[in-house]
Amino acid sequence: MADVSKFKPNTVYVTYIAATPEKVWQALTSAEFTRQYFFGFAIDVEPKTGGDFFIRYPDGRVHISGKVLDWTPLRRFSCTWLVEGMAEFAELPECIVTYDIEQAGEAVRLTMTESHSWDIPETILAGGRSGWPAILSNLKSVLEIGKPMAIKMEPPQEMIEAVKKAVATKPWLK
Amino acid sequence: MSKPSFVYVTYIRSTPEKVWEALTTQEFTRKYWFGASLRSEWKVGSDWKIEFDDGRIADTGKIVEFDPPKRLVIGNWQNQFRPEVKAEGFSTCTIELEVTGEAVKLTITHVAQGPKFIEAVSGGWPKIMSNLKSLLETGHVAMEMKV
Repeated sequence: MADVSKFKPNTVYVTYIAATPEKVWQALTSAEFTRQYFFGFAIDVEPKTGGDFFIRYPDGRVHISGKVLDWTPLRRFSCTWLVEGMAEFAELPECIVTYDIEQAGEAVRLTMTESHSWDIPETILAGGRSGWPAILSNLKSVLEIGKPMAIKMEPPQEMIEAVKKAVATKPWLK
Repeated sequence: MSKPSFVYVTYIRSTPEKVWEALTTQEFTRKYWFGASLRSEWKVGSDWKIEFDDGRIADTGKIVEFDPPKRLVIGNWQNQFRPEVKAEGFSTCTIELEVTGEAVKLTITHVAQGPKFIEAVSGGWPKIMSNLKSLLETGHVAMEMKV
């Protein structure tokens, strides 16, 4: 299990959703929902702290794998993430993704925090920083209007180059 | 060392023209800006302000770039109601709209002189933009409450 104390938050994204904590929790943790807003990927999670966690391609292959660090229904869902499905990324250290759900007036505040255990270059963080707003904007749309938007997106080329360089030099071992 | 900044991106099922109107029409801003509205003549060089419904001024600035429906830059943006934030001086906010697939990608880049301003807008922009997105997509804001 990851030594959580070594991880620092690098990217935080907050959105307010006109929905209940129950609906937001369901959207985060059920494949039926993630397929709609997470670029077609399906979550497959063992619903308990310490359980296995996967995000799968539509054909079932593993895209992301990890362990559940915190499973507190309606409040907090936290997992380690290893991007297994893309060869360049598979050798990077795992990160931690945490979702926090709080009531905020008549809406729900959803906070996504991506944390890393090493001095990760901004060029690599740029990948998540472009992806999360698309994913979480679509999550909000799915809950509020019942459908996501088609958004065109590819990992930034500079990011892939930076990942290759990091994997070659392994700065996290220093 | 770069200046303190905050970037927020949201995707809205709408057109750039509608999002632009929502950003630059006083009556529209009033619906989603938590008891305040934006006032300006909306041309390069004109004054710009955020005014609470009770007449107090929240923030002031000037329109630096006005390129509908793509790019709006507000310069000399200064908080006027929290002395410790006001003391940090001017910030610059760039708002860009871009069509991507079925969505409008709205990017806010706010660059300030100090951390207190960035802390304030880091809390404010997600609320305001979440409300704007809901209003354009559903006809209703996500939250009515005032800040």
